[in-house]
Amino acid sequence: MSQQTHRISGGLIDRSSTLEFTFNGKKMQGHPGDTLASALLANGQRLVGRGFKYHRPRGIFTAGSEEPNALVQLRSGAHQEPNTRATVTELFDGLTATSQNHRGSLEFDFMAVTDLLSPFLSAGFYYKTFMWPKAFWEKIYEPIIRSSAGLGSLSMQEDPDIYDKGFLHCDLLVIGSGPAGLAAALSAARSGAQVILADEDYHAGGRLNAETYDIDGISGSDWAAQTLAELSAMDNVRVMVRTTVYGAYDHGVFGALERCTDHLASSDGKPRQVLWRIYSKRSLLSAGATERPIAFGNNDRPGIMLAGAVRTYVNRYGVSPGKQVAIFTNNDDGWRTATDLAAKGVDISAVIDARDIEPPASVHGAAVYMGSSVVDTAGRKGLRAITLASGERLEADCLAVSGGWNPNVHLTCHQRGKPQWRNEINAFVPGSTLPAGMRVAGAANGALSLGAALRDGTDCATSIMADLGFKSKASKAPTASDEAHASSAYWHVPESRPRAWLDMQNDVTVKDIKQSFKEGFRSVEHLKRYTTLGMATDQGKTSNIPALAIMAECTGKTIPETGTTIFRPPYTPIPMGALAGRARGKDFRPYRLTPSHKWAENNGATFVETGNWLRAQWFARPGEKGWRDSVDREVEMTRASVGICDVTTLGKIDIQGKDAAEFLNHVYTNAFLKLPVGKVRYGLMLREDGIAYDDGTTARLGENHFVMTTTTANAVLVFRRLEFARQCLWPGLDVHLISTTDGWAQFAVAGPNSRNLLSKVIDAPFDLSNDAFPFMACSELTICGGTPARLFRISFSGEMAYEIAVPARFGNAMMGVLMEAGKEYDAVPYGTEALGVMRIEKGHAAGNELNGQTTALNLGLGGFVSKKKDCIGKTLSQRPELNRDDAIRLVGFKPVDHSQPLLAGSHFITKGDTANMANDQGWMTSVAYSPTFGHSIGLGFIKRGHERKGEIIRVVNPARNIEVEAEIVSPHFYDPEGGLQRG
Amino acid sequence: MIINHPLLGPRDAAEFVYLGDAALIDRPDPEAENADEQFYEYGYLRDNPAGAHQELWYHEQGDRSWLVVTRDTLTHEITGVKLARDEAKKRGRNK
Repeated sequence: MSQQTHRISGGLIDRSSTLEFTFNGKKMQGHPGDTLASALLANGQRLVGRGFKYHRPRGIFTAGSEEPNALVQLRSGAHQEPNTRATVTELFDGLTATSQNHRGSLEFDFMAVTDLLSPFLSAGFYYKTFMWPKAFWEKIYEPIIRSSAGLGSLSMQEDPDIYDKGFLHCDLLVIGSGPAGLAAALSAARSGAQVILADEDYHAGGRLNAETYDIDGISGSDWAAQTLAELSAMDNVRVMVRTTVYGAYDHGVFGALERCTDHLASSDGKPRQVLWRIYSKRSLLSAGATERPIAFGNNDRPGIMLAGAVRTYVNRYGVSPGKQVAIFTNNDDGWRTATDLAAKGVDISAVIDARDIEPPASVHGAAVYMGSSVVDTAGRKGLRAITLASGERLEADCLAVSGGWNPNVHLTCHQRGKPQWRNEINAFVPGSTLPAGMRVAGAANGALSLGAALRDGTDCATSIMADLGFKSKASKAPTASDEAHASSAYWHVPESRPRAWLDMQNDVTVKDIKQSFKEGFRSVEHLKRYTTLGMATDQGKTSNIPALAIMAECTGKTIPETGTTIFRPPYTPIPMGALAGRARGKDFRPYRLTPSHKWAENNGATFVETGNWLRAQWFARPGEKGWRDSVDREVEMTRASVGICDVTTLGKIDIQGKDAAEFLNHVYTNAFLKLPVGKVRYGLMLREDGIAYDDGTTARLGENHFVMTTTTANAVLVFRRLEFARQCLWPGLDVHLISTTDGWAQFAVAGPNSRNLLSKVIDAPFDLSNDAFPFMACSELTICGGTPARLFRISFSGEMAYEIAVPARFGNAMMGVLMEAGKEYDAVPYGTEALGVMRIEKGHAAGNELNGQTTALNLGLGGFVSKKKDCIGKTLSQRPELNRDDAIRLVGFKPVDHSQPLLAGSHFITKGDTANMANDQGWMTSVAYSPTFGHSIGLGFIKRGHERKGEIIRVVNPARNIEVEAEIVSPHFYDPEGGLQRG
Repeated sequence: MIINHPLLGPRDAAEFVYLGDAALIDRPDPEAENADEQFYEYGYLRDNPAGAHQELWYHEQGDRSWLVVTRDTLTHEITGVKLARDEAKKRGRNK
């Protein structure tokens, strides 16, 4: 068991309780309130990982979500989570963490040899080396580079956690609960507005918990706790800790990730994380600022940290990251680290300030070096000493570095806003173009003192409340001092000889930036991509600004002229699982079940996805050896007697109004005005460009009442287009539409015994005889003693057939009733395969033929385009190119050798011609083995097909190297005269 | 994005289906002398402005209204929302 050797007094941790955890198997202890990082530091564990490229020892660098170094793997088994920042991982009892990116132990990483090769591994090295031989890149070089560079590893198992999504609405979203955010939330909440206050931390208060400020005479962290308590007690406020607002989207919409159970040992069946979509009328960004480092030689050793982070560990966690701390700063704020540490009794070896000015404070017992700098450090696995520009060597096991603070402008830029440079603070602040409804307050807006942040937050909230029409109670900002924060533009130590790190996550050095400049890179976007600066989990939160300052130095431009790379969501990484939410596995998208699904399940159906629907594909019977056995039997038994198929999935659109028939005339190519009541007509729709779109039947149930069917695939799209036609093109027509696809369960009853079967089901006195109810008749009626139903005498199979519709809730029972009534006729249920075989035998076009490239002429339906009236697509369907003499036509094909199968997708080549694209005559669209004819049959498009019946053509499939000869025949293989369906 | 539906108030864009340029309302007269030319332009040629753009959105997950939305293609700011039916009538489509 390791000891908490670096634990000191104070902090917002609960010392009455002890949490046990392991790091690389080593047992350690911490307290509630600790992060993994603070607990590791408390246990004296400075080395926590290895660098990305050179495998150099790395430690904890920050105390927040900007952490570039301390990435660890959490948990185990399927719950294993790589690349977790130790600095934001809340400690829980039983936590297990391991370090990443090393071979052998963390202390002795064999891959550290890459550090010796560093002269060959500079920026863009993989673009320049490993060029030969060419084939080696993919097979040898790249796999080696990938496995030696890199971060953590995935469990390779399915994510066992649950994720959820949610929606929230508010008047004001406050992003960040530091002093500005708390002051603003309080002011807005007291006005009665609906307020959401979100913070990525689990302990609201921002820097107030990390500093030793006073507000209104009490400590800053106490003020934060009091304010939070008041907010939490109000009904109109929702305080969301552990919630990162990661993206600003259009019109006040924000994305936020709430980590609900990451701080617990187990999710216990609850969602681990929730992805929120927050709709706000106004937003206030009070996300604070992020400290930036200064680059100097060997500045990446464990023990070198940001100065503000050192204060956080000391003040918030009661942990001193070192026993002997040196401070290197270019600004006044860095001195706070010295005074805070001195107040806690931590030994300070030196304060080094790059500015040659009077020391802004005096620190007891510390040597002060003004106008000096750190040029090198020593200590392989942890800092031991630092070397100053003067050559003087000082002992230190912790070096606190401050290069000033960058306002967290990220969310202000998600709508393409550009930050602007402010010289007084040597930093970018939000620009003038902000996302709609957004204001920025506090350090995020460049108000870097506490007093200013509190005033800024209060003022912003007051003006937002007035803007939204809330009666704002005159609220006075809490008072606090305006501490000194003067800074200087000092980015790296020029006297430094060894490599100076900028981006520790991607191992980018000052030299890499200079080299990129020498190689001609000027734009920061190019610089980023060439050096990988600012990529990966931290997105360069600590490194980008110093790097572009150095780029500016190289080019001789100013920093604002050089500009920043574009900030994009997310602010911090979002797990894929959270983005997926519950849309995974079979719930990836909604699926729909047909009304007779249960019956089909109980009767051996195999299901197939058609669009969102699960449809019965065939119904296997015992003894059948494969799907073909079942499908052939279903076709044979249907043609011999009667078969039943659930066809509910076809789109159904109820069309009513006194202009309904005229409306249909506009959308269908053929005429509907004179369709008699009680009759059904086939209809063809075109796109406005003249290409065939969809087909189906439309029944006239009344003078002003039609029911249209569409193909399954286009049910939603056709309805959308009809509404477009109704509202946008012919708004004067009296017609209304409603989709009734889900309202009616519909069954095809097909085969010579279909009438006999149905007559047992329908209620008297309905007359089903051929005279009373002929082919293409339709009627409303009742069945089974009063159940309302609709009957259509239509046929897709070519048999005498009906489709009967009942309210959907009766669908499953209806299937049973039909099968029971059909027992004496050996009725069979059939699935989509048999349906497809029979439609090919009958020569009906379906999706393969209506493929978005074919015209009515191509389909052999030219006669359906009425010459007497306009319809959608008519004008452009008359274009000469679509009406060439050698246009493709839909015909049938049968193999000359009946034992040979035809293949869909094959192309047609005239006998004697070479099989190439120049000689292409067309292609096969649909094929099936026809049990009715005992051989394979096909439908396809071929040039002048209608004139070529009897010709033997080559059916060529170069992809599979198959060729057969086939005879061109009528597409209507089965009962071409149609006697059966009229029978 | 949020579209302020004239009948239903502000609705998330996810409830809508986007079609494109509201010029699609102006279907040419098939009886016109150069109807083929007009239909060609109607079918294939669109303006693609950087700035204010009138476009058609369909409230498929809602009341199934087609809307004419005036949206700035650079900022996504929406400055006007009308029922397409009203707009079509205003443009003289009364049949």
